[in-house]
Amino acid sequence: MSTCVTASAPEPVFSEPWHAQVFALTVHLNEAGRFAWPDWAARFSATLKRHGLEKELDGGEDYFQAWLETLETYLVEEGSVLPDEVGPVKQAWEEAYLTTPHGEPVVLR
Amino acid sequence: MPHDHSDHPHALLPPDPALRVKALETILTRKGLIDPATLDEIIDIYQNKIGPQNGARVVAKAWSDPAFKARLLADATAVVADLGYFGRQGEHMVVVENTPEQHNMVVCTLCSCYPWPLLGIPPGWYKSDAYRARAVREPRKVLADFGVTLSDESSVRVWDSTAEVRYLILPMRPAGTEGLSEEELAELVTRDSMIGTGLPKVPS
Repeated sequence: MSTCVTASAPEPVFSEPWHAQVFALTVHLNEAGRFAWPDWAARFSATLKRHGLEKELDGGEDYFQAWLETLETYLVEEGSVLPDEVGPVKQAWEEAYLTTPHGEPVVLR
Repeated sequence: MPHDHSDHPHALLPPDPALRVKALETILTRKGLIDPATLDEIIDIYQNKIGPQNGARVVAKAWSDPAFKARLLADATAVVADLGYFGRQGEHMVVVENTPEQHNMVVCTLCSCYPWPLLGIPPGWYKSDAYRARAVREPRKVLADFGVTLSDESSVRVWDSTAEVRYLILPMRPAGTEGLSEEELAELVTRDSMIGTGLPKVPS
């Protein structure tokens, strides 16, 4: 990080696109009534606490890693996503990226 | 191996967590539990429309209008909702006022609860273990790291946010700002001054 924080351009709100995606997904699910925010926060803080035992979290990438892990676990527990459902879809996305010519939009087939 | 050379034959493979998020989105969209357009809308709101400028507007108004300030300190949730700033997660907002005797700062020791409608997404340091642990244990040292030195007469109070209650600090109005408009005052209000880890800018 720059040492000249005050004089630099504003920091981006999300440093990686997937940080924004997982954030929006969680807010959307909450607003759609899938879970209450305090329940989410309690689970998320438990994940952060567990991860923080292994290393000091810097609040960047590791923060959103913990966020994603919490969401994946929560969705399986409350039944929106089946335990073995994610793997194949993730694999399909990976194949889509690897077989889509550079510059073309990547879509699931 | 990162492959970022432009002559690569296929699209750049996103990192593992990005693919996991895409998988969740696909599954939930297929089941009709989410709407991808809503996801884009939420990202746009937090990336472009909500940020510390909202909180700065509230602070500048409180500095300019004593009746507004009194209402804000009594029931911030209702007052900021009147300005169009809603807590989308149903949280309550509480505004605490800095005085010459007491400086206030905000932390979330639990995770990263933060007054999103007024300040947007928190900066990385707010979410770090270092800040979350040290703000409570040694607030004066943390403030010193941020370049804030308080007088000996001033005490420090640390407010621990929760999923239900989010705090915003009302900093002291800087000297020499008599006669400034609300818009000019809002320019002086920094994000960190509303978290309590900074002070407002002084007019040049």
